[in-house]
Amino acid sequence: MRKSLVFGLFVLGCFLFLAALGATSHVRVSHFLAVSHDLGDITATLKLTDISFSDDARYTRNPSQADIFSAFQDYPGSIEHFPSGSVTPPPDFTSLGAAMKVRGQ
Amino acid sequence: MSLNSHMNVLDFTLLSLLRRKFKNLGIVLVFTFIVFITGSILFLSYSFKREALLILKGSPELIVQRMSAGRQELIPVGRAKEISAIPGVSGVEPRYWGYYYDPLVKANYTILASSGSLSAGNRLLQGRLPAPEEKGVAAVGRGVAKARFIDMGSTISLVSAAGDAMDFDVVGIFESESELLTADLIVLGRPDVIRLFRMPPDMATDLAVTVRNETEAPVIAGKIRSRFPDTRPILRKEIIRTYDAVFGWRSGLILTLFAGALVAFIILAWDKATGLSAEEKKEIGILKAIGWETSDIIEMKFWEGLVISLSSFLLGIILAYVHVYFFGASVFAPALKGWSVIYPDFRLAPFIDPYQIAMLMALTVIPYIASTIIPSWKAAITDPDEVVRG
Repeated sequence: MRKSLVFGLFVLGCFLFLAALGATSHVRVSHFLAVSHDLGDITATLKLTDISFSDDARYTRNPSQADIFSAFQDYPGSIEHFPSGSVTPPPDFTSLGAAMKVRGQ
Repeated sequence: MSLNSHMNVLDFTLLSLLRRKFKNLGIVLVFTFIVFITGSILFLSYSFKREALLILKGSPELIVQRMSAGRQELIPVGRAKEISAIPGVSGVEPRYWGYYYDPLVKANYTILASSGSLSAGNRLLQGRLPAPEEKGVAAVGRGVAKARFIDMGSTISLVSAAGDAMDFDVVGIFESESELLTADLIVLGRPDVIRLFRMPPDMATDLAVTVRNETEAPVIAGKIRSRFPDTRPILRKEIIRTYDAVFGWRSGLILTLFAGALVAFIILAWDKATGLSAEEKKEIGILKAIGWETSDIIEMKFWEGLVISLSSFLLGIILAYVHVYFFGASVFAPALKGWSVIYPDFRLAPFIDPYQIAMLMALTVIPYIASTIIPSWKAAITDPDEVVRG
């Protein structure tokens, strides 16, 4: 068989595989959308604000609720929650305006 | 040129690539790895973002926290009455929640007071939630149940802030499909949360405010801040924006994981673009000497770049998909998990953004083909005799 034909079949096979993955995506996303109604019900009933992603520090468990001073202060000797601390940094609430100003700087 | 002649050039290119199979296989492996890493990050961050947006759509429109000395403090429940008097506010409900470190399994739980029951048809809770004023019962997340070997009807024991042991009958366990939201949750009745954390009377963790028209929420947040200057209102839009930032392009996730792959790709492209090997130059010279046109040589190099980059791209993107959606992004799990003991066993919904895939293809395949063609074109327009002699 010609080498170019083998390459063509390989590329075609990959595209067919991707199409099959696309079809499974469609099925799984539809299932998630059906479940997301129940998830939304849990969120609304329990008034949840964050997803349970990394629970090793306040600012990684509830990034939207944590304060910007929470790094280093979870318990004595807790220097930094690496690596999840670099993935989920403390939030930026600067859009709400400064709550504290340091004078004389 | 007919299709057959293009196929002949492709045949020749493939044979030429096979002659240097170890070198080319190395390039394909590195290239596939880069696409795999980048594709995995794109799939993971986009799916997380979409899931977070859908899940958190039902979260409170406005959360009011009290700040003291720059840190969050408990808020007096009495403020709820004053906030509910602000025009546009339809309801204010205190939230009682906090964190509990369990030395038995060395894990942090999120303890939350129940504030109602779920809809009748909710399939994500086996059993029920405790009623808001019920005592001695709990509903737990799947992660907590696994860590403490708990089943329906078992008892979970927690130590209160006063040092007393408190036992709770487990009346509900969240299903594993909700783990991304509930893995570390323990839902108790309000009196139990107050006793467990020894919260002062008439104090709550924060206040959840419901507004009649969400577009008015920023105005209401401003009014709350001017009425209570020691508070920090957090809008739902900001909660969603937090997740947008965490899983966005400029996020720590991307920077942490993408930087290495990007540098590797730049080195690879730089190596290709800075010149051809002596053997490749000689090959071009010989082909020119036996009558190949410059356009034929450019076509051959185009095919060479396309064969390597397209194969690597397709393999990389397929592997990335399988890695993220079938194996739960196991390569990145240690970075995402950090020091967490309870980690959700999530199966992400494969939300795919075709634009991101197209961008990834444009940023990897096209520069690679260009970096293959340009040095070859330079060699092809030089006199064959000069090229062969070096």
